[in-house]
Amino acid sequence: MSARENILARIRSANKVAKNPDVIGGTAVDRIKAHPSSPLPTLDWENENHFKLRCHELASSLDQIDSLDHLPKAVNRYLNENDLPKKIVCWPEFADLNWSDENLQMEGRSAVGEDKVGLTGSYCAIAETGTLVMLSGEDQHATTSLLPETHIAVVSRSRILRTMEEAWELIRNETESVPRQVNFISGPSRTADIEMTLVYGAHGPYRVHVIITE
Amino acid sequence: MEITSQQFKAVSSSKLKDAKLQKALKQAKGGFVVSRAKVVKELDNFEEIRQAASDVRDHCLAHLDSYLEEWERRAQEAGTVVHWAESYEELNSIVVQIAQDNQVKKIIKSKSMVGEETGLNQYVEGHGIEVKETDLGEYIIQQAGEHPSHIIAPATHKSKDDVSELFAEKHKRPRLDDAEKLTHEAREILRPHFLDADMGITGANFMIAETGSTVIVTNEGNGRMTTTMPRVHVAISSIEKCLPTLDDFALMMRLLPRSATGQVISNYVSMTTGPKRAGDKDGPEKFHVIILDVGRTRVLGSELRDALRCIRCGACMNHCPVYQNVGGHAYGWVYPGPIGSVLTPAYNGIENAIDLPNAATMCNQCGVVCPVKIPLPDLMRKLREKQFEKKLKSNMEHWSLRLWAYLALRPKIYSIVTRVMARIGRILGGDSRRIRRMIIVGQDWTKNRDMPAPSGRTFRDIYLNKMNKR
Repeated sequence: MSARENILARIRSANKVAKNPDVIGGTAVDRIKAHPSSPLPTLDWENENHFKLRCHELASSLDQIDSLDHLPKAVNRYLNENDLPKKIVCWPEFADLNWSDENLQMEGRSAVGEDKVGLTGSYCAIAETGTLVMLSGEDQHATTSLLPETHIAVVSRSRILRTMEEAWELIRNETESVPRQVNFISGPSRTADIEMTLVYGAHGPYRVHVIITE
Repeated sequence: MEITSQQFKAVSSSKLKDAKLQKALKQAKGGFVVSRAKVVKELDNFEEIRQAASDVRDHCLAHLDSYLEEWERRAQEAGTVVHWAESYEELNSIVVQIAQDNQVKKIIKSKSMVGEETGLNQYVEGHGIEVKETDLGEYIIQQAGEHPSHIIAPATHKSKDDVSELFAEKHKRPRLDDAEKLTHEAREILRPHFLDADMGITGANFMIAETGSTVIVTNEGNGRMTTTMPRVHVAISSIEKCLPTLDDFALMMRLLPRSATGQVISNYVSMTTGPKRAGDKDGPEKFHVIILDVGRTRVLGSELRDALRCIRCGACMNHCPVYQNVGGHAYGWVYPGPIGSVLTPAYNGIENAIDLPNAATMCNQCGVVCPVKIPLPDLMRKLREKQFEKKLKSNMEHWSLRLWAYLALRPKIYSIVTRVMARIGRILGGDSRRIRRMIIVGQDWTKNRDMPAPSGRTFRDIYLNKMNKR
């Protein structure tokens, strides 16, 4: 018999012998189909405010704009304030905005090692934890939020959800199947592996800047 | 990994005398404890959530065969190649086979405790393939040629000075003495490897049956690099890491980062389902998952099965007075602390880790903080009972326990014997009322401390006296 068959057979006989407790009950197929929610803590805050609060705690910076037309100005402002390079790699959906008005050099492609600033959208955001949710896709490159030292992410106000559970429900409803990768990003990359000292910019971005738009 | 748990007593004695280690442990101690306590308070129904998580893990274990089959079917639909392994050797050789089939020369690796169990790095390197650990802590210990001493903070036994020295020597660069600079030097050194490695190996915190996905939870971003940059990705996991649904995963994510590092959420939670899709510009062309069963099914059918609920947060060791004083290496295998004291004998054979279930004060800090309610002291007690049944302890200990059991079952004789002992104890204590040196049993105990002498009267006598006076 193959390893697979052996392992499954051992699981079955172990579960028969030990009669492992199951207060939830029901079959695996039933639970997967129903995917019931578990108890939530009290979430007595307003989504957008709490999202901003969490972003602040996670060391993400914040800005907001009325429409995407104002994105180039907001990006330029952030780059100037932080003395960052004006050459940016972005998801193709943003490539055609008026970047030249701000003297920004924007390229809509997958990021490479040399890129210093990456601009992405986001699928949705989670207020409970200040998290950006990114689905990988043809034009939603995972590298753009990962390789550059600075990650700027655009979040639509109406897509700031309450919990991770709500994000999963939205993904279930809006996509045929889950994409290759779903990334939950909460602030800049960090580590505390040396004497518990918190350091930003371990392997991913040093800075995450969130721009909320209508 | 070779198991050296039988040397627990000797190694922990030397660890207690190791001033450098003691300094590092003192520094780490409390850090995670304080931050965990703070973020757990945010959940006003923490106990309810904890119970729900425990129930979900139990449910999944009770139907583990079905969940693994459901997981596998969906994973394969997404293009994942699924392998099963029944031994460490089998898992390691599948990894090497995948590497050879894809002409892999360099592998980047994100943290995996299963990989530590199987001794994967050494095996792969033995086949002429380069492996780079990329989690900062794991990178440090790989450079130092050591093993992790903690499941989520692998280099917690190393001081900043140790790392400064190590990096200066290995990187052949000027010595840095600032944690930030050291971290950024490691980033600089590792970045080119992320960009040109042929294969990435990660663990998997969970495998989600609903979608056939694997999930990794990290802070540094090396996990995302490892799952995105190389052309082949191999995830290694073990059967008990399965979870039914995405909602169940959301539940676990309210507990795992809080219990582990005291974070509300870890920086990067990445769920991978299959390889690169048609049209995707990035992501690996091939995605393999290897699911291991060494010891797991045996534990599933035993009275230790609650231990399989473990989600590897490390809270039990962070809160353990024994771990806090001897560090993780003393435990002699992959998993230290209370969970290690259960899993090490459970997976490697009870006779190969006799001291571990006894290396506990039974204070139940571990049981109280465990996010999935594993009754760790109870499991250690069960292992102790098994040791006794199998006569694995010294004759002296075995017969002492027998004698005690004999007396404990016979109250009248017990009363007489304890009266005699209490009086002898009082005489031995003398004027100082302290016994400086025990004889027959407990000599080791009084080597470094005195035993307070009994007052001469037993508890029963005192109690009886009080009751009579009423």
